[in-house]
Amino acid sequence: MLSVEQVSKMYATRHGLRQVLKDITFRLERGENLGILGRNGAGKSTLIRLISGAEPPTSGRIRRGMSVSWPLAFSGAFQPHLTGLDNLKFVCRVYGVDYKPLVPFVEDFTELGIYFREPVMHYSHGMATRLAFALSMAIEFDCFLIDEAMVVGDVRFHERCHFELFHKRRDRAFILVTHDANVIKLYCKNACVLHDGHLLPFSSVDAAYDYYGRLMAERPEAVEQ
Amino acid sequence: MDIADEPPLLQCLRIQGRVMHALLLREIITRFGRENLGVIWLVGEPMLFTSGIVTLWSMVTLHHGSAIPIVAFAVTGYSSVLLWRNCATHAAGAIAQNKSLLFHRNVRIVDVLLTRIVVEIGGATGSFIVLSLLFIYIGWMPMPDNLLKVLFGWTMLAWFGTSLALLIGAATAFSELVPRLWNPVSYLMFPISGAAFMVDWLPERLQNIVLLLPMVHGVEILREGYFHNAVAAHYNLGYMASCCLILSLSGLYVVHQASRHVDF
Repeated sequence: MLSVEQVSKMYATRHGLRQVLKDITFRLERGENLGILGRNGAGKSTLIRLISGAEPPTSGRIRRGMSVSWPLAFSGAFQPHLTGLDNLKFVCRVYGVDYKPLVPFVEDFTELGIYFREPVMHYSHGMATRLAFALSMAIEFDCFLIDEAMVVGDVRFHERCHFELFHKRRDRAFILVTHDANVIKLYCKNACVLHDGHLLPFSSVDAAYDYYGRLMAERPEAVEQ
Repeated sequence: MDIADEPPLLQCLRIQGRVMHALLLREIITRFGRENLGVIWLVGEPMLFTSGIVTLWSMVTLHHGSAIPIVAFAVTGYSSVLLWRNCATHAAGAIAQNKSLLFHRNVRIVDVLLTRIVVEIGGATGSFIVLSLLFIYIGWMPMPDNLLKVLFGWTMLAWFGTSLALLIGAATAFSELVPRLWNPVSYLMFPISGAAFMVDWLPERLQNIVLLLPMVHGVEILREGYFHNAVAAHYNLGYMASCCLILSLSGLYVVHQASRHVDF
């Protein structure tokens, strides 16, 4: 069980305090999933960081009754001077897992070839994304936090991520945040919209999809980027 | 994996150990690489620095014809500087250079800082030991008179370095000015830090001023341990310990504040 209780987050800016998240509350059980839709700058990544525990909320409480992954984004949580293998070892040590049995899976999934033993700074964007995804799959979490990672990469990568996450690990929970409503519709059973710092719940993914679509239509300039 | 919301102390310590072990190995590979000498540079780099200073000071006989052998004087002095200065200097870059690792919940600012401190203390201590043994072996340096007192002085300096590094390292989360100011400050502190003189050689008015600096007391203790009666050491252990304690507590407080303040 993951429980987010009345969580708010404020940041100091040059124009004073700015409240990014306002009084957010929801629960997620193992086996459930949640899609969070929001425009660029809506606070999606902030919310994911708070849930992961990388950053504390300004007020409110987040209770993790199951193991929660780090925010699975494109390439965060990497050390560019280390090789792919070193990064696997580092992550395994941090989470207290033996890395040796995981090497074949990561090598196979990332298809990095000799680059698996080269520094990450020489990787292409796609290679770094594959490594990021494989590392977070290598550690078995109860709940995965996915920050638009599925939106990058080629079709083959999508299919393999899809298989790893949504078939092999369908008994787990995940939270997926994105600005792309179609991704949510494809993968999630429940959806919310993050707008003006509030997390708006909906009874169905379709209802959230429609609401988000109307929101975009009202202020189309904000969707671009 | 932490299932409980707030794990008990023992579990916390286990996670702490795991994370620091991971950070330590990562730090050594990124800093020193796998090619050529690799991890030997951890000790080799401060050894090169100290050897350079030994050569320079021997050439200009900096110690005013005192009874102390110049090589031992330079080794004890410059190693002491490296001990606290390297801790603080490397801690000043720790948060900025490790930000991406803070995405992992169990990797906290204090882990990142402590890892660098451990690496620096290890390097400086290794360099001090290896150089001393080498110079004692070839007869350039006498044996230490009181090894325990040398160790005690060294430990006090390491405590000073640790507390200073926590404070400066964590303060970099609040302002970019901190690392920028630390470099000139550390340079200016070197000549008055007690490395290049004994307090006894100074006029009394100056003595009282330099003794305000906690590390001066540490170097005096160390040298009293090394040379015994050849020097008249001036130090106040209570004063140094109080300074270190205040620095440690303020350091931990700023670390705590910084962990709620990091911008990703």
